[in-house]
Amino acid sequence: MIVNASGCLDALAAPEVARELDAFVTKTITPLPRAGNPPVRIAETEHGMLNSIGLQGPGLDTFLADHLPRLAGLGLPIWVSVGGFSAGDFAQSCARLDEREEVTTVELNLSCPNVDDAVETAIELVAAARAVTSKPLFAKLSPATWDIAELARAVQAAGADGLTLVNTIRGLALDERTLRPRLGPAIGGYSGPALKPVALAAVWSCFRATRMPIVGMGGITCGRDALEFLAAGATVVGLGTVLFADPPAPSRIRAELNDELERLLLPDVASVVGIAHEEELSGETTLDRELRMFA
Amino acid sequence: MRTRERLRVAASEAVGPYTLLRVARGGIETGTPGQFFMLEAPGRLLPRPMSICLVPRGELAFLIDAIGPGTRALCELDRGDELTVFGPLGNGFRLDVPRPLLLGGGIGIAPLPYLSEALGSPPALLGFRSDRHAEAAVLVPNAEVVVEPTYVTEAMPEGHDVLACGPEPMLEAVRRLVPGAQLAWEAPMACGYGACYGCVVDGKRLCLEGPVLEAAA
Repeated sequence: MIVNASGCLDALAAPEVARELDAFVTKTITPLPRAGNPPVRIAETEHGMLNSIGLQGPGLDTFLADHLPRLAGLGLPIWVSVGGFSAGDFAQSCARLDEREEVTTVELNLSCPNVDDAVETAIELVAAARAVTSKPLFAKLSPATWDIAELARAVQAAGADGLTLVNTIRGLALDERTLRPRLGPAIGGYSGPALKPVALAAVWSCFRATRMPIVGMGGITCGRDALEFLAAGATVVGLGTVLFADPPAPSRIRAELNDELERLLLPDVASVVGIAHEEELSGETTLDRELRMFA
Repeated sequence: MRTRERLRVAASEAVGPYTLLRVARGGIETGTPGQFFMLEAPGRLLPRPMSICLVPRGELAFLIDAIGPGTRALCELDRGDELTVFGPLGNGFRLDVPRPLLLGGGIGIAPLPYLSEALGSPPALLGFRSDRHAEAAVLVPNAEVVVEPTYVTEAMPEGHDVLACGPEPMLEAVRRLVPGAQLAWEAPMACGYGACYGCVVDGKRLCLEGPVLEAAA
């Protein structure tokens, strides 16, 4: 199953891209409209890119009245990413989304690197959301945390149904000539291929710690990348930065993933999920596994 | 309609310090003056937005200033090399103007040759930072040229419908002097099709609502 990473696709501006996904994840919705951060907002670096958009968006009222009905018209499951600055913000948004049948899943953005941190902890924010909605709740976490597995266990205990791993990590790029920050707000969220090993490690650790469903993302550019996220424990993969340069990436990556499965004699996607942990789980050695796979 | 195609470089020509990159157009549409294309920058993660400069028969031509790794990679392309091109994107200039005056600053003259062609070679005023940069004025017919320290806003005649493209300080100055001017803005953008929200000016995504915006009256 392939989705977009929140904030990396506008399904209303590019419905032909959205329709190639298995579900569309909205840009993070905040209770009030936000103008976002001052320019410059985008900077490419050697192995990835930085962004500092700052959760620009129409606010919850406009989203519910105008955007959501149009998104529902696309005919694919709609996951809504929710953001805010307090437990009250999250509760307010989730309560109103709970009333809307167009919404399949709610993703809690607990980790935007470009806005000031919420005062409450991830646990309080998840608990506040859980109290007001029965929709599936996915907590989106940053890998830039002391122990992401512990955080994953905590949000699970607070009522999350799944995890979205990972959000961007903070980065800085300086101008070639002036040596001043290239982004208006100086620091931004780092994404792209460089993030992949970081994200894979997060998926790996959180899968072991919680066994929750995981949407894995971070630097996926091809079918092989997607396969590795599944192997580390993701059940769904998310595409972010790759969509900017390559809008047809969803169908390309889906085809490449199927080719990879065939090449490795794996019957289907479900058979891959968590396979990287198998040796640990079954006592099987690498040699045993190879003999079995290629028998 | 925007499409995405792999195109072949027909020629790469020096114009002063800039490079005119000409690609065989294939089946991709030319678009209207002021619209832009996302050009794959070989070896880079993100494509680069370039406004359409000229549409020689069967080709698209882009005027590029090699200021960073992406634009340098584009300027290093040779005849026969291939790159992915996506477009045309955004909204171009309105052409229903009775007394057009084209204003360009530096690499901001890029969309003006095609615009001049569409409007029947109206008067143009181009500003550059040096005589060498001013060599690019050869691309725009009927153009008066000023070089720093003179700015286009100082030499600008009154009573025209201004269509301008140039650095942000120039566009800000034109916006103050000429309400209703059509201004083609530039901002770093990752996608060109509304996905990234990187190119927002005045709350508007340049790739969808621009890059040409009307100066508020």
